[in-house]
Amino acid sequence: MPQAIAKAQKTPFIQLLAAGENPRMDLENLLIDNRSNIIRKWRELILASYPEGTQRFLAKEKSRFANPVGHVIDRDIETLFDELVKGEGIDKISSCLDNIIRIRAVQDFKPSHAISFVLGLKKVVREELEGSPVENGLWGQLQAFETRVDDVVLLAFDIFSQCRQKICDIRVNEVKNQVGRLLERANLVCEIPDSEAGL
Amino acid sequence: MNFILGIVISSIAVTIVVLIPLLGVGAWNLYTLFGIIIPYAAMATFFGGIVVKVIGWGRSPVPFRIPTTAGQQWTLPWIKPNPVDNPKNTAGAVVRMVFEILTFRSLFRNTRIEYRRTEGGPKLDYEWEKWLWLAALVFHYCFLVIFLRHFRFFLEPVPGFVTLLETLDGFMQMGVLPFNGLGLPSVYLTDMLVMLALTYLLLRRIYIHQARYISLPADYFPLFLLLALGTTGLLMRYFLRVDITAVKELVIGLFRFSPDPKILGGIGVLFYIHLFIVCVLIAYFPFSKLMHFAGIFLSPTRNLSNNSRFVRHTNPWNYPVATHTYEEYEDDFRDAMIEAGLPVEKGAESTGETEEAESGEKE
Amino acid sequence: MADTPKPEELARIDYLPPLFRGWMNEPAEIRPGIYCYASKPKNLEYVDMPNPREWNPVVDDWKLPDNWQEIILDGIRERLEKFRSFKLFMDICVRCGACADKCHFFIGSGDPKNMPVLRAELLRSVYRRNFTVGGKIFGILAGARELTEDVLKELWYYLYQCTECRRCSLFCPYGIDTAEITIMGRELTNLLGLNIDWIAAPVANCYRTGNHLGIQPHAYKDMLDFFTDEIEEITGIKVDPSFNRKGAEILFITPSGDVFADPGTYTCMGYMMLFHYLQEQGLDITWSTYASEGGNFGYFTSHEMAKRLNAKMYAEAKRLGVKWILGGECGHMWRVLNQYMDTWNGPPDFLEEPVSPITGTKFENAKTTKMVHITEFTADLIKNNRLKLDPSRNDHHIMTYHDSCNTARGMGLFEEPRYVINNVCNNFYEMPLETIREQTFCCGSGAGLNAGEDMELRMRGGLPRANAVKHVHEKNGVNMLACICAIDRAVLPTLMEYWVPEVNVTGVHELVGNALVFEGEGERTTDLRGEPLAGMEEEEDV
Repeated sequence: MPQAIAKAQKTPFIQLLAAGENPRMDLENLLIDNRSNIIRKWRELILASYPEGTQRFLAKEKSRFANPVGHVIDRDIETLFDELVKGEGIDKISSCLDNIIRIRAVQDFKPSHAISFVLGLKKVVREELEGSPVENGLWGQLQAFETRVDDVVLLAFDIFSQCRQKICDIRVNEVKNQVGRLLERANLVCEIPDSEAGL
Repeated sequence: MNFILGIVISSIAVTIVVLIPLLGVGAWNLYTLFGIIIPYAAMATFFGGIVVKVIGWGRSPVPFRIPTTAGQQWTLPWIKPNPVDNPKNTAGAVVRMVFEILTFRSLFRNTRIEYRRTEGGPKLDYEWEKWLWLAALVFHYCFLVIFLRHFRFFLEPVPGFVTLLETLDGFMQMGVLPFNGLGLPSVYLTDMLVMLALTYLLLRRIYIHQARYISLPADYFPLFLLLALGTTGLLMRYFLRVDITAVKELVIGLFRFSPDPKILGGIGVLFYIHLFIVCVLIAYFPFSKLMHFAGIFLSPTRNLSNNSRFVRHTNPWNYPVATHTYEEYEDDFRDAMIEAGLPVEKGAESTGETEEAESGEKE
Repeated sequence: MADTPKPEELARIDYLPPLFRGWMNEPAEIRPGIYCYASKPKNLEYVDMPNPREWNPVVDDWKLPDNWQEIILDGIRERLEKFRSFKLFMDICVRCGACADKCHFFIGSGDPKNMPVLRAELLRSVYRRNFTVGGKIFGILAGARELTEDVLKELWYYLYQCTECRRCSLFCPYGIDTAEITIMGRELTNLLGLNIDWIAAPVANCYRTGNHLGIQPHAYKDMLDFFTDEIEEITGIKVDPSFNRKGAEILFITPSGDVFADPGTYTCMGYMMLFHYLQEQGLDITWSTYASEGGNFGYFTSHEMAKRLNAKMYAEAKRLGVKWILGGECGHMWRVLNQYMDTWNGPPDFLEEPVSPITGTKFENAKTTKMVHITEFTADLIKNNRLKLDPSRNDHHIMTYHDSCNTARGMGLFEEPRYVINNVCNNFYEMPLETIREQTFCCGSGAGLNAGEDMELRMRGGLPRANAVKHVHEKNGVNMLACICAIDRAVLPTLMEYWVPEVNVTGVHELVGNALVFEGEGERTTDLRGEPLAGMEEEEDV
């Protein structure tokens, strides 16, 4: 777990904000106000990483069984965003990231492309906040938020690596399953017998 | 080929199709060419082309019985089979084909109604995604009705079913549309619907990414052609009337193989444009995807029953193939088989040393 | 891949859509993880397939014969004349797009060339250029293109990304079946020696030894002896299968995967127990080492190769003098048996109409092929109360059932396996309707694509299936996925391991083996896998 996230978990984001300021002007409220816009743009950005012939299918087809990829993106970036804003729930963040990245790890993406969608959030948020009055504290809050996004990128990198590792593992396991019985039977492998439990 | 180019090229092609009779008749008065020669040539191409194509398909045999089964097979007596989606005999296959052809059943299957989406929580929502099926069905049926209504121009006296169709088709307008009193004829429902359906089918190709990605000029061209055909027809019927009596005389003459050239000049140029589009459409027909109308009847995944386990299906070009016989197999492994206690056909003594060495080496 | 991208390229995620290019001008990039390794020459030589050579899909030079274009075009011409399906499907597609989002590979990969219509268009474009008037005159305007090396490579790449599952064919208004087009396309690539080794090697093995893995007869028997011991260890019952026995009433043929690969091996034990159980009721059945493969990887090569491998079944039945044949749980095996076998290698006049020796039921639906599916056989036994079953022995499983594509859309076997499962298990939940029965999603690894090197392809192709399993896992606590296909049993565990690691995979007859109560047997504490039965966990530990 990246340190900054661990730290943020202990100190909820809202408490990082300068107390006493106009509550409407803190970043969290801004992000909550613009939630649906930000999520929509973020989603568009992610879908844009797919070939043109596919994007509408991913965006439009709503059945979670006919369109698992679009469904997972839809569902999990929302949760991801909410958790990022709240600054809590590393587990939830992890599991959302896992859902999305597990898919992207087997699609035609370079590793960098597979996880760069996380960084896209920074871009979207900045664009969305453009024109908001830069008040005291907001800039700092934005920086803090972006640091958290950066940490999530690191987490995404870990998850991506785990997924790729998993693919290597299952390749090996499958070969073992395919011929394991044969080797066992041919006495080519010799398993140490399980020690008797309870002795 | 990208889609913009595809659209541009096909619309240019259709524009040219419209311009040819406009100039040919409007400017150069080539009435005989456009009123008699081209229609005959187009019809000959249409019928000749379709016959050649269908015979061509028919010449290739159906070596295997490959229906796509979409329901429970006929099996043990207490298990309920699905006689239509998994037909056991020809009767079932016929019913399946009837559904397929009259209701576009497979296309209907295509769509989903219910979906679930999470926006801060699970939510049930509905979306009617049968537009493709609906538009296709509307287009084909309206086209059929319009085609049948045109029998008014082919036959004298006008057959009863045509009049009936016209009444049904036109029932909407009486008293509903304000311009009835302005000397306009009754508005046919099918005229409107066919244009709507065509427009939808075209927009869908442009708007839906997947459809856009796969579309060729050969997909846009017939759509544009049909739209032009419909537009000229609508114009003639509702706005720029042509001499209907002369048209009917010409068409009946054409069908009797004795067209009267004298009446050609009296019909407006719009009619010739309409006629020329029809000619292009039917001449293009046998060479295009429009042949699906005949192909569906021959489709082996739909028109065959799933009975190949209890009624033998033969392949006319079935030929003998080389196989690895049991004898060859036993020769290869005899000693090992004997050792393992497996029964063999020949005794061990008939095996040669060489084979034993060979089998060891191959492994 | 070797070029190091600039930082700004790395960060860029928006991908310029090929709006203005169209698919015809984008040559395919053959990617690792997606393609399967090339066939080795020895495997092609052994079965006399043309143009055997060492080649590598990712090396530019595929060492094609000089007249390769001629070979392909002649091949197309020949197949157009032989198959109405092919000729028709080349002509009548209107590109409506109904099939586009029905393919599991498209759904999972997002690669638009995986839309069934486009997979077919890859070949259609070549057909139009060379065999239609419009294509010859109007070229690209009519959707026609030259057969270049790039086109061939693209075709190859996508033909070996189709599992011939026929899901698209279900939704096509004209019944166009991409499986049929893939089958033709693969025949064409095989004319140039362009098979994948995961298909070519099993074909050569099956030809020589009778099964895909190349297991020799004594080893085959040995494996079953081994299972005999395991069954005895778990249940105390000593089964005694017979092999190549002349004069037996029934010949049993199952995919060799059941004999050698976990968890198919447990299904195999299930068959053995069932046969033993029925012995005293009069079942007289034999296994064969010569026809020891139900599956047919020849079917993924060419019709001819499939016929050559399939011929062994009737040949062996004739040699042994059996009355009819019983077939094990397998997917494409049953599409072949249902739709091809009798036409290729029949009529099997030397066999009799199958009648169950236990119940006397006539299997009228197998009147001419003389081959019965084991779930039909077992369902009939259960219906006639010939099996004493204790479904609670499967109580540690919460089941769902995956319809294999081939038994679903190439046969229509839906109720029999469900009937069996419902009688041997207490907890069974269906996956959502749009993912089962005739609309079932493929495992993503069929039609010879269950190699190891194309794991990414398999994982994304299997995503729609795994996604539905995940749904019932989360909703109903499902922890076991049943299937009646040997490829499924080989690949679904892998798929589950990646997407839903909590779910295991089983064959239907493993469950039957668990539930079957033998006369006088002691109380079982574990299932066939040696895992404790529900309520027995404690006793295990003691």
